Amino acid sequence: MSGKSTSFIDNLGKVYAYYTGGFVTFTIVLAILEQMGVPNKIIGYAFIFLTIGVYALIGVLSRTAEVSEYYVAGRVVPAFYNGMATGADWMSAASFIGMAGTLYMLGYDGLAFVLGWTGGYVLVAILLAPYLRKFGQFTVPDFLGARYGGNVARTMGVIVLITASFAYVVAQIFGVGIIASRFLGISFELAVFVGLAGILVCSMLGGMRAVTWTQVAQYIILITAYLIPVVWMSVKLTGIPIPQLMYGQALAKITALEPALGIAKGHVAAFSNAKGQFDMLAAVNFFLLIGCLMIGTASLPHILMRYFTTPSVKQARQSVGWSLFFIFLLYFTAPSYAAFAKLEVYQNVVGLGIDQLPQWVKAWGQVGLVGACDAANAAESFAMCKGVVGNADGVLQLAEFKIHPDAIVLATPEIAGLPYVVAGLVAAGGLAAALSTADGLLLAIANALSHDVYYRMIDPKADTKKRLIASRVLLICVAIVAAYVASLKPSTILSMVAWAFSIAASGLFPALVMGVWWKRTTNVGAVAGMIVGFGVCLYYLITTQFYGAPLWFGIKNISCGAFGIPAAFLVTYVVSLMTPAPSQEMQDFIDSIRVPKGDVVLADASQGIDK
Amino acid sequence: MSNQPLTPERAQEYWKRTSGLMWLMLGIWFVTSFVIHFFAPTLNTISFIGFPLGFYMAAQGSLIIFVVAIFWFASKQNQIDEEFGVADE
Repeated sequence: MSGKSTSFIDNLGKVYAYYTGGFVTFTIVLAILEQMGVPNKIIGYAFIFLTIGVYALIGVLSRTAEVSEYYVAGRVVPAFYNGMATGADWMSAASFIGMAGTLYMLGYDGLAFVLGWTGGYVLVAILLAPYLRKFGQFTVPDFLGARYGGNVARTMGVIVLITASFAYVVAQIFGVGIIASRFLGISFELAVFVGLAGILVCSMLGGMRAVTWTQVAQYIILITAYLIPVVWMSVKLTGIPIPQLMYGQALAKITALEPALGIAKGHVAAFSNAKGQFDMLAAVNFFLLIGCLMIGTASLPHILMRYFTTPSVKQARQSVGWSLFFIFLLYFTAPSYAAFAKLEVYQNVVGLGIDQLPQWVKAWGQVGLVGACDAANAAESFAMCKGVVGNADGVLQLAEFKIHPDAIVLATPEIAGLPYVVAGLVAAGGLAAALSTADGLLLAIANALSHDVYYRMIDPKADTKKRLIASRVLLICVAIVAAYVASLKPSTILSMVAWAFSIAASGLFPALVMGVWWKRTTNVGAVAGMIVGFGVCLYYLITTQFYGAPLWFGIKNISCGAFGIPAAFLVTYVVSLMTPAPSQEMQDFIDSIRVPKGDVVLADASQGIDK
Repeated sequence: MSNQPLTPERAQEYWKRTSGLMWLMLGIWFVTSFVIHFFAPTLNTISFIGFPLGFYMAAQGSLIIFVVAIFWFASKQNQIDEEFGVADE
């Protein structure tokens, strides 16, 4: 490692403190400029180009020609910072913009996402992260290859990885396009390619090292941008700037207002159907979704590979704690956005005369995210009103008010009466969330192709230079394909994102966990389990989604892991017992990764890496 | 094996303690993720710092337990590592 990077690691606190200070100053300057009459469009441009510029600068400064720097950031990332980077890696456009909207729409049932996208880190910490770190190679398929006898298991790992990650990365680039087009006023297709440039410039030169330090910077922006509007909203509604505690009051008021508005299924009511009665199937789907999202979390390669970058096994474990802490800061705030927005709608929008509606309803109506659909021709001025028939009495009833889930976070600054600069900040935050996740996913896919497929299977004798060139070329290719698919605005691929969790969980989790925790797991057993788990999950998804097949036991296909995961565990177990036990060398290998100290004893030396 | 830090007996003991901690954590995880939320409709009749308790547990309570539990696990496992002399830093 070079002297330059050592001093950088020693001064991380200082570097990021200056960075945060600079960002705050920049925001204040823009706020002053806004008061002086600088148009909103300029402020939007400043936020988007300046933040992308900073990420690009970090990317260029972190360029590297070393393989271990490129794949695992030189394994020098301290637990705390790896936690922040994982937080940004994890929280996507869907978390930043979509989550609060989902909670607004679904109430208690939406909390399955809050629980499911956090609790999985417990599984990462206790079952996988320390052992994968000790194993100490570059990718998740590396582990499968070393543990299960080579290229068959490795290939299967790569297939599951790409299937789960590709739809996910397309959705992130889609999110970047939406945000950039809205705030830059350019076409969506063009915005997608602007975003793509932002992503590539971060990751291409420096691989994991650049992505890591960019993600830390992106986390700082995204969490600041998420907290400020809702803190302000909390002050406006309750006088106290702690939304996470104060939205209890909002929930109580919502619950009190619901009967008069004719709502039977209350916001806080658990497992109830539209009539407000207990619904067993809703409860079953709630818990299965939590399970699939959690196990999926512990199987997604772009998350697991972050724990390859810490300096030690001990720090890998702590780092999982920091990761969840930084994710928790956003997720325990999201329900307050939903509650405050809902209260605002119930108190200050519904029941008003059409000509008295607050300014934000009109403003976001023009963008097509809100609709006040009382008049017969409402659809002419509000795109959201298509298909809604109002009673034209000049008063807005609840059934006539339509709001897109994305509007909850995006419109809150305006609802709270904040200046436009905060809307720009939120755009920068959403962009940071989408870019950081896209970086992590693209790197995971490109590394699987360049390291696992090209270097491991096609040309094991390739020298460092050739390998890094292959990585970069593949990164660009995957990014362009993903951006092209995103520019087509595919509706199905967006709904496929939530499937990524079930797919990864069914295909990878049993093989990874049993590989560490059950020595008797054999090569044939693990590969059979991966194929069956992955196959069952995909079969259920595809037949129910596209061919109208009936649901099994009424379980939604987003939770297809409910069938895939048990099937994979069972097949791995049974087939392993039917095949001869792993060799003594393999058992020694497992022993060696179970203990933090000491060398890793590979059963097959050809599966090792040149360090 | 030359560079392995433990005798086979100590290694077995180490893994027993490590697995024990893992199962305990898995239990905590299961209860926090699922079991307490089975009772959400009932818990919702109780008020906790202004929230219906069932909602609160799913929106914040469980999350706080997850974070605390992981840090507790990390320090506990580190204690075990040090006791057996296998900590890696």
